[in-house]
Amino acid sequence: MQTLDRKLYRDLWRLKGQALAIAMVIASGVMTLVMAITMLDSLTSARDRFYASHHFADIFVQVKRAPLGLLESLQRIEGVNLIEPRVLASVRLSVPGFGDPVRGKLVSLPDGRQPLLNQLHLIEGSLPEPGRDDQVVVSDAFAEAHDLTVGDSLEAIINGRHTRLTLSGIGLSPEFLYQVAPTDLMPDYQRYAVLWMNHRALSQAYAMEGAFNSLTLTLQAGAREDDVIDALDQALERYGAIGARTRHDQQSHRFIEEELNQQRITATVLPTIFLAVSAFLLNVVMGRIVQTQREQLAVLKAFGYRDMELARHYGLLAAAIVLLGWAIGVLLGTWAASGLAGIYLEYFRFPEMRSTLPAWALALSLLVSLLAALGGTWHAVWRAVSRPPAEAMRPPAPHRFRRSWLERLLPAPLLGSEGRIVLRNLARHPAKAGFSVLGIALSAGLLMIGAYQLAAVDRMIDQQYRQVLQMDIELIFNESTPARAAGELRHLPGVLAVETWRQVPVTLVHEHRQYRTSLLGMAQEPGLRQVLDEQSQPQRLPEAGVMLTRYLAEVLDARVGDELEVEIMEGRRQRVSLPLTALVDEPLGMGAYLRRDTLNALLQEGPAISGAWLLVDAARTTELHAALWELPGVASIGMLTEAEQGIRDYLDETILMVAIIFIAIASSIAFGVVYNNARIAFAERARELATLQVLGYTRAEVSRILLGEIALLTLVAIPPGWIIGVFFSHLLHQAFSHDLFRIPLVFTPQAFGFAALGVLAASLVVGMLVYRRLGRLDKIRVLKAVE
Amino acid sequence: MHDTGAVVFQASGLKRFYQMGEVTIQALRGVDLELHAGELVVMLGASGSGKSTLLNILGGLDSPSEGTLVYSPAASRHARTSAPSGEAGLDLARANQRDLTRFRRHHVGFVFQFYNLISSLTARENVAVVTDICHDPMPPEEALALVGLEHRLDHFPSQLSGGEQQRVAIARAVAKQPDVLLCDEPTGALDFRTGIRVLEVLEQVNRDTRTTVAIITHNEVIGEMADRIIRLRDGRVDQLQVNERRRKPQELRW
Repeated sequence: MQTLDRKLYRDLWRLKGQALAIAMVIASGVMTLVMAITMLDSLTSARDRFYASHHFADIFVQVKRAPLGLLESLQRIEGVNLIEPRVLASVRLSVPGFGDPVRGKLVSLPDGRQPLLNQLHLIEGSLPEPGRDDQVVVSDAFAEAHDLTVGDSLEAIINGRHTRLTLSGIGLSPEFLYQVAPTDLMPDYQRYAVLWMNHRALSQAYAMEGAFNSLTLTLQAGAREDDVIDALDQALERYGAIGARTRHDQQSHRFIEEELNQQRITATVLPTIFLAVSAFLLNVVMGRIVQTQREQLAVLKAFGYRDMELARHYGLLAAAIVLLGWAIGVLLGTWAASGLAGIYLEYFRFPEMRSTLPAWALALSLLVSLLAALGGTWHAVWRAVSRPPAEAMRPPAPHRFRRSWLERLLPAPLLGSEGRIVLRNLARHPAKAGFSVLGIALSAGLLMIGAYQLAAVDRMIDQQYRQVLQMDIELIFNESTPARAAGELRHLPGVLAVETWRQVPVTLVHEHRQYRTSLLGMAQEPGLRQVLDEQSQPQRLPEAGVMLTRYLAEVLDARVGDELEVEIMEGRRQRVSLPLTALVDEPLGMGAYLRRDTLNALLQEGPAISGAWLLVDAARTTELHAALWELPGVASIGMLTEAEQGIRDYLDETILMVAIIFIAIASSIAFGVVYNNARIAFAERARELATLQVLGYTRAEVSRILLGEIALLTLVAIPPGWIIGVFFSHLLHQAFSHDLFRIPLVFTPQAFGFAALGVLAASLVVGMLVYRRLGRLDKIRVLKAVE
Repeated sequence: MHDTGAVVFQASGLKRFYQMGEVTIQALRGVDLELHAGELVVMLGASGSGKSTLLNILGGLDSPSEGTLVYSPAASRHARTSAPSGEAGLDLARANQRDLTRFRRHHVGFVFQFYNLISSLTARENVAVVTDICHDPMPPEEALALVGLEHRLDHFPSQLSGGEQQRVAIARAVAKQPDVLLCDEPTGALDFRTGIRVLEVLEQVNRDTRTTVAIITHNEVIGEMADRIIRLRDGRVDQLQVNERRRKPQELRW
C-alpha cells in the first residue's frame, strides 16, 4: 500500500490548484456552519447561564397602579412560583458635558438587596444602600458610553421633579441584554440608560407608595403559562393591566431570539449550498482523474490489487481535499465567530460570552463534508474500479460529436471554428455543462442576496426615518395632557413645527385572532409622522375607523372593510368596534392609526394628548435642549436624527463586514466551479490546443476556445443566477418579516449588476490563469502522445 | 530533379541540446543540409537519430541551440502572394515566438503520426480551421477532393477510418498552399494498404502543386519514392542519397 500512498501524495500535488479551489468551496461551507453553530452555541449558553444565575422572570405584567396588598392573592394563583412587585418609571437624564437629552428607564430594587428575579450582575460598585434615595446602579453600556464610574452624579427628572443621582454601582441585568429604547430598533447607549434604585425612593418620587406598576414572576415546573396569564389578567384588570407578557413578548429576549433564528438559517442554508457545490466539483474532478488514470488502474488490477484497495486510494484523494477544506473552514469559522462575538457583545450585554466551538460541531461539519464528498466521488471511482482490467486497458472510444441545435440558430461565419468547438464541447456533456451553469448561478444568486441585504436594510432605514418619521424630536409626556399644552412647545427656541398625538394600549381582535399594540391618534393629515400607502405616498387618516400596518392586518387576517374589535387597556377599558379603512406600509412595528379626535371621543375625554413631535432648527439645538430640560411634564425626549445615525453607524460596522465575508465565500463557488471546469477542459483539449498552435494559431486565438467556454458558461449562468437571487431574496424577506420589523423586498439594478460582475470577475481571474498556462503548454510533447 | 529548385531551407551547424535533469541530451550534433523547392525528401533514421528534432526545428516548433537555419520564401512557390517583405531570408534559429507562429501559419503544412484532428469539428471544418487564418488558401472542399474525400465532407473524426483521418490531416496541411509540407511518420499508425494510399496523396500533392515535401520515417521502403534520402544517425546527417528515379507509392511493398 505504501507505494500507492506515495502516488496519492503526488497526484494531490499535481492537482494542487484544483484541489485548493475545491477545498475553498468546502471551507466556505464549513466556515458558515462553524461560525453559525459557534454563535448559536455561545449566544444560547451565555444567555441561558445568565438567565439561570440571575433568575430571569418568565412573565411580565404592567399595570397602572396596584396595591402591594394584592400580592398575597396573586401568589396563590396556581402555577406561580416566585412573584415580585416593582416600580418602573421613565426618567430624563442630563450627563455633564453631553448636550443631548438622555432617556432612561428606572427600575426599583428591594431596599438594600438583590431582587428575587432579574437580579443584577454588578460589574463595579454596589447596590444602593438601604434608605438612600439618591443612589442608583446604571447599565454598563451607558456608563461605558459616557465614561462614568462609581461616585459620579447625574441630573435627573423623575415625574417632573429634578433630582441628583449618584452612581453606587454599574451593572447588567438579564432583562436588558439588548438595551434599546422602547421605540428604537438599535441600542443608543449614549442616549438611553437603564437605572436601578431603591423601591422606597422610587415609589416616593413616582407617587407609588404602597403600590406597584410592574410585576415579574416565574412559573412552577409544569405550570400552564396561558392559565397563569389569564388568571393574572383577570385579577389585575381593574388596576389598569395591559396584559401579562411572556418572555416571547419581552423586548430584549425577543431581539436575541431573532438573532438566534438568523443564525439557525445561516447554519442550514449556506452550508447546504456550499457542500452541494463541492460534491459536484469533486464528482467532476475525480471523474476526470479516474478517466486519465484508467490504464494505471487496469495495470494495478492486473497486478492483483483488489477493487476496495483502489477505491480506498481514490477515496483518500477526495478525503484529503475534504480534510484540507474542512481544516481551513474550521480556522476561518472560528476566526469569524470570534470577530462576530465581539460585535455581539457590544449589542447584547452578557456578563461573559465564551465563543468556543463545540466538539460536536467539529464532528458534524467533518461528517457533513465527508458525506458530500463521498456522494460526489463514489460514482466516478466505483465505475472505474469495477471495470475488468482488459477493458480498462483499451483506450477509450473516440469522442462522438454532432452539430448542436444551438449552432443552427447562429450564422456560421459569426461562429467561426473556435465558436463551433466551444459549442460542441459543451453539447457533448450537457449534464456537466448544466451543473457548471448551476454552480455559477448559485454563486451569482448568493452574491445577489449579499447585495440585496445591504439595499434592503438601507431602504428600510430610509423608509422609516426619511419617509415615516419626519420629526426631529419625539416628546412623551408623563401622563395625558390637555392639547393646549402644545401651544407652549411652539414657542420654544428653534421649534419650527409641532404636532401632537394621543396613544393608548389596546388589544385588537378580529374573529379568533388578537394582537396587543397601541392606537395612535394623530392629526387628519399628519405632517411629521406619515402613514404611507403601497406606493410610499402619504395617506389621510379616515374620518372614522382605523388604519393598520399591513403586516398587522395579515396577522389579524383582516381586510379593508372588516370590523375590528378594540379593547382599550386603559382608563375605563372600553370595548368598541372600528372599521378597518386602509392599510399602512411601513417597515417597523405593528401600528394602528386613527384621528386623534376620534380616539379622544372613544376614550370619552376632551382633547388630550400623550406626546408631541417637533421639527426643529438644527442651528438652535443647544438652546432647545436647555429649554426642554426645564419642561416638567415631559417623561422622555427621543432624538430621531441621532437614532438614525446610530443605526447607520451600526450597519456600516457590522453588515458591511458580514457582507464582505459573504461576498468572499460566494465568489469561492464561482471561482471553484469555473477554475475546475477550465482546468479539466484544458487537460482534455491540450492536444487540440497544441495542434492549433502548431498549425499557426496564436496563443490569443487558441485561448479563445477555452476562454470562450468559460465566458459562455458564465454568461449563460447569469440570468438563472438572477432568478436564484430573486428567489433567495424572497426567502430572506419572509424569514425577516415579523412584528419587530420587515425587510422590504427591493431589487435594485445594483444588486443585479453586482451579481453579474461578481461572477464575471471570478471568471476573468480564471481566464488569466488559463491563458498563462497555455503559454507553458509543451506543444511537441502533447502532439506525440497517443490520444 | 532535386537540383532544379532554389534552396528553401539552408541549415548549417544545427545543434540541439536538451537538459533532462542532470543529463544533457544531444539530439542534434551539427546538421548541415539544404531543402530545395518542389522536391520530395525522405529523412530516415532509427529512433533517437534526431530526425523528429530536425523536423520540429524546420517547422518552427522548436529552435536550435546553435547554428543557423535560413528559410527563403523568395525561392518558394508563393513568394509573390504570401511572404511579407520582412521575411526574406528569415533565420529561424533566431526568430522569436511571434515570428515562428507567423511562419507556421503562412508557410508550413504539418502531417502528424496521430492525425491530430479536432474531434469536435467535421472533416470540412478541420480544414477550415487552417484556411480561416492564412492568405490565399484553397477552398476546404477542393483540398478534401485532392485527397479523395469529397464525399466525406461532413463527417466527424469519430466517423472516419484511420486512413481517412490522415487524409483529412493532409488536406488540412495542403489547403493553405504551404511552401513546405512536413510529415512526421504519416503512415506510422496505419496498416500497409492505407499507408500506401496516404503516400499516394502526398506524392500527388508534391507532383501537382510543386510543394516541397519532407517525410520522416524509420521505414526504409518509403525512401524509394523520394527525390533524395537523408539518413540521420546520432544527431548528424550520415548519408545523402539521390534517387535517379522516384518509385510510385503503388510499387512500394513492406
